[in-house]
Amino acid sequence: MKTVTLKINGTEHTAEVSPRTLLVHLIRENFSMTGTHIGCDTSSCGACTILIDGKSAKSCTILAVQADGTEIITVEGLATAEGLHPIQEGFHLNHALHCGFCTAGVMLRAVELLEKNPNPTEEEIRWGISGNLCRCTGYNNIVKAIQWASAKMQGKELPSTEPVFV
Amino acid sequence: MIAEPFGYSSPQSLDEAYALLHEHGDDAKILAGGHSLIPMMKLRFAAPTHLIDINKIPGLSYIKEEDGFLKIGAMTREVDLEESDIISSRYQIFTDASKLIADPQVRNFGTIGGNIAHGDAANDHPAVMMALDAEVEISGQDGKRSVSINEFFHGFYTTAVQHGEILTEIRIPAASGHFGSAYHKAERKVGDYATAGVAVVIRVDDGGICTKAGIGLTNVNAVPMRAIRSEEALVGSMLSAGDIAKAAQYAAEDCNPSSDLRGDEDYKRHLVSVITKRMINRALERAK
Repeated sequence: MKTVTLKINGTEHTAEVSPRTLLVHLIRENFSMTGTHIGCDTSSCGACTILIDGKSAKSCTILAVQADGTEIITVEGLATAEGLHPIQEGFHLNHALHCGFCTAGVMLRAVELLEKNPNPTEEEIRWGISGNLCRCTGYNNIVKAIQWASAKMQGKELPSTEPVFV
Repeated sequence: MIAEPFGYSSPQSLDEAYALLHEHGDDAKILAGGHSLIPMMKLRFAAPTHLIDINKIPGLSYIKEEDGFLKIGAMTREVDLEESDIISSRYQIFTDASKLIADPQVRNFGTIGGNIAHGDAANDHPAVMMALDAEVEISGQDGKRSVSINEFFHGFYTTAVQHGEILTEIRIPAASGHFGSAYHKAERKVGDYATAGVAVVIRVDDGGICTKAGIGLTNVNAVPMRAIRSEEALVGSMLSAGDIAKAAQYAAEDCNPSSDLRGDEDYKRHLVSVITKRMINRALERAK
């Protein structure tokens, strides 16, 4: 067993884990934060995406022991006392989720994307979330939500949240 | 899915890592980005008894031009290649390739050294390295040695890296003169292995004569493959449409694709021909 100490959403956590424990299991089972989902379990779908030291990562393909000493953000860490994170607000207002299974992962991926590229083009957004699969909403509203969050975070005029029928 | 049990060490220096490799014997594996190894362990295709995680060893991640080489540290992440100014201004082949490797989250962790040391002909960097005439630095307790990429891939998941050794650096002859490079792979979807991929490096002189050509093929042979006849068809030519078509035809003839879910053999040969032609043209455009 190995001792792992890491910060999740600003709070320090410690656990004894076997080296084969996956980071996603540590977060969900040891620390009972179930907002991070397990979808494909093969690093294809992105439902388990979290931020490790600011970098989006698929937590089903990282060992818990590798995360020792890191700072992690999960979906539970996006909202603050002041309210929802702009990306959450964007998803809410633009109907960017249906079943919600992929949502936490897409939002965390989008947070890193907007951090690196605050004003991405539609193509850059679509390329940027290419590691996240949504099997119901169909991406158009997800792209709109990320565009909305981009505008909000830069203090720009907010785009319409009226549904677009395509 | 959970891997079989294994031990884990996280050395702080290469010397410590070599000692651990010797201590744990043949069943120890180096853990770099982990995005090829961990999935294989979860599927139980691989079951190393000990993982030696080299992520905490400082000094293995860099991209620099020095002594006539582009030097890339083995632990350089794909995302660093994607975002590097040296790469995007002079070695666009990496920008092409790293955009097509897996997806953004995987590229945040996957390393160039791991992509090569994994020894998988389906990975993208091996063909790119062949086109670029790369050398690989392999380090161990007895010091460092340099191996040409042509001698690096020995077979299915086996490479020139011997037990007790670690791939530490990739060296590429620095771009000079009219130099252009390009890579593309056909993939069914983001994150898939190549149905077929082609890496091309071209150098031309002031008169437009091709002085150097490197062509590497992805996932159409049991080991990463150089298209030698195609290279020979280009060197010394003016790279006319006919010369390029001949090189493309040779690449399609000389590769050995197997029919699988991604396509049958004839389709893959056709893809190799089309992509080779396009990548020669793209590299040539960039060389001008």
